Amino acid sequence: MIRHLLSAADLSRSDATLLLDTTEEMLRLTEGRSVKKLPTLRGRTVVNLFFEDSTRTRTSFELAAKRLSADVINFSAKGSSVSKGESLKDTALTLAAMGADGVVVRHSASGAPYRLASSGWIDARVLNAGDGTHEHPTQALLDAFTMRRHLGDLDGRKIVIVGDVLHGRVARSNVILLNTLGARVTLVAPPTLLPLGVENWPCDVSYHLDPVLPDADAVMMLRVQRERMNAAFFPSAREYSRRYGLDARRFGLLSDEAIVLHPGPMNRGMEITADVADSERSVIVEQVSNGVCVRMAALYLMLAGADETADDVHEGAA
Amino acid sequence: MSPQTVLVKGARVLGGEPADLLLRDGVIAELGQSIDAGDARVVQADGLVALPGLVDLHTHLREPGREDAETVDTGTRAAALGGFTAVHAMANTDPVADTAGVVEQVWRLGREAGHADVRPVGAVTVGLAGERLAELGAMADSAANVRVFSDDGRCVDDAILMRRALEYVKAFDGVVAQHAQEPRLTEGAQMNEGELSGRLGLRGWPSVAEEAIIARDVLLAAHVGSRLHICHLSTRGSAEIVRLAKARGLPVTAEVTPHHLLLTEELVATYDARYKVNPPLRTADDVAAVREGLADGTIDIVATDHAPHPVEDKECEWDAAAFGMLGLETALSVVQHTMVDTGLLSWSDVADRMSFAPARIGRCDAGTAAQGRPLAVGEPANITLVDPSVSRTVDPWQSASLSRNSPYEGMKLPGQVVATFLRGRPTVEDGALT
Repeated sequence: MIRHLLSAADLSRSDATLLLDTTEEMLRLTEGRSVKKLPTLRGRTVVNLFFEDSTRTRTSFELAAKRLSADVINFSAKGSSVSKGESLKDTALTLAAMGADGVVVRHSASGAPYRLASSGWIDARVLNAGDGTHEHPTQALLDAFTMRRHLGDLDGRKIVIVGDVLHGRVARSNVILLNTLGARVTLVAPPTLLPLGVENWPCDVSYHLDPVLPDADAVMMLRVQRERMNAAFFPSAREYSRRYGLDARRFGLLSDEAIVLHPGPMNRGMEITADVADSERSVIVEQVSNGVCVRMAALYLMLAGADETADDVHEGAA
Repeated sequence: MSPQTVLVKGARVLGGEPADLLLRDGVIAELGQSIDAGDARVVQADGLVALPGLVDLHTHLREPGREDAETVDTGTRAAALGGFTAVHAMANTDPVADTAGVVEQVWRLGREAGHADVRPVGAVTVGLAGERLAELGAMADSAANVRVFSDDGRCVDDAILMRRALEYVKAFDGVVAQHAQEPRLTEGAQMNEGELSGRLGLRGWPSVAEEAIIARDVLLAAHVGSRLHICHLSTRGSAEIVRLAKARGLPVTAEVTPHHLLLTEELVATYDARYKVNPPLRTADDVAAVREGLADGTIDIVATDHAPHPVEDKECEWDAAAFGMLGLETALSVVQHTMVDTGLLSWSDVADRMSFAPARIGRCDAGTAAQGRPLAVGEPANITLVDPSVSRTVDPWQSASLSRNSPYEGMKLPGQVVATFLRGRPTVEDGALT
């Protein structure tokens, strides 16, 4: 298994499949049980290092680590020395001194988890919980897991991702992971919200939503911040939702089996209407519960027996 | 100071045939074969190339204000070790070098340190704020004798202000050195915009933001008949615009940094902020274009943009890190590696791109402290002896700079400056400061 989870690109197809299979196992072991705790990470310390507010993601990681019986420390920017200007390096050295085994990092700067993992400041396993506009690999894993539960094997499945790809980290990780798993991704956005060079990504790109909906097996709507219109990415929220929002009419263009996803938090009325978000084929709430299991699987595979594994010895020697 | 008499024996002048140079009273007193040493101290220079002392049109010496990163003294030590006998010090200090007082202070600090001539660059606008002209004439008339004006670090993006600056400096034969960066296109920009910036999730700094300003300024300079200098040109498109301008006979000059001759944006994928610089590292195609441009004369000079930063400003998140890299001690090696060893430039061309031309642009090629002069009898004895046959592994911790932010750490680069003479006096000998 990989040492750090920094990008969806760190995962080979077999790694990703193992992660999703392990997630299935975690779901089976906890679903419907009154006692949801497993002893696997007893004695291990997981630090949730959040330089950026995200109650949803932090809570999900915290719950995942606790269900595996790890000791969990929440180290958030607010109320810690980070807000007093303590550097990433000093924070890392502090956590290393505390004996953290795994560090879950959320940061507004792209690449911060990468720096933490590669700088030699800390020996712990690093999990990227969202960095800047770079990546959010566990979100992509939970999306893939949710899709797999409904659609089966994702090989050849058609996934449409709609919204702010430029500023979003979810789309990046999803394109990479879904491509690894054999799915065919189409990104839909106004040209202003697509990064330069997107034509070379392993996916298709469309400026129009309607034509790609009938063939889609899943549609993922991304959050679009209304403030973007102030920087001329689109003229108005109304025009955006008219051209790219998932409303009842567009929902009707989907096949009967197609599912709707959203990584949250939603802008109801902007990228998705309330009736679609709350429809039977919306799996948005399920994504949240699957998120905990995916993070359990990641923490388990990366931390359980981490000291004894052969690759660890190898990495230590490198 | 009364310089000793030195006989440099057997140096390949501009890479040509070996000759002896007798340095006496600060000038080259004799040049030829088998010169009698007399009472002169002999410096054996077999196999070494003799170049005119290098002139850097673009450094940041950080003093006054950021003496934790560099001082005039430490920066000019690094300069001497890199073979430079003159450096231009950019104006973005604290306080900004926008008055005669500040430029004279920097100039005087350079004189006191004595490792290389320091030529202060004056700010174009007060406080680099881009709002009104600084007292350019007062700086020109000061003891610092300023001829290069730049808001480097910031672009003079206001077209009317740029036009006026270009016009105004004609009165004292000055030149405006533009940091070409359209500000709105580069808000929050972190690296070259392209497929890689999209993948890394770092805000892009598009080539067009540089090229648009260069195109505008070339046209402005043509319109008002002024000299224009382009700082740290970094893209193929920029080189094409300057080439076109020169074909039209416009008085436009341009510089390229050593790092833009060697390094590409791929290094950013490490998120290691040592590779964060402004303008950003570009693509391999841009690197090829600036090498071609330097070879065919489109780009006139190499200037280091030596930009020291303390460790904590680089050992952090990419977004939070400072822009800039060290360059003085590695410049000649990078030029040898990218331009000489590839056959694109001869040593004689290197003398032009790193000494004659920058001195001409900076108007420090005449007078009592003339720089960038030919290696000929009667000329000031500003000489750099380089051994092109050796190579070394770059170790920033050995640098004379106060800072360590070299992007070449651990790289093996060819060439070593063995000695530097400033008006006949060695500032560096046997590869070490005297």
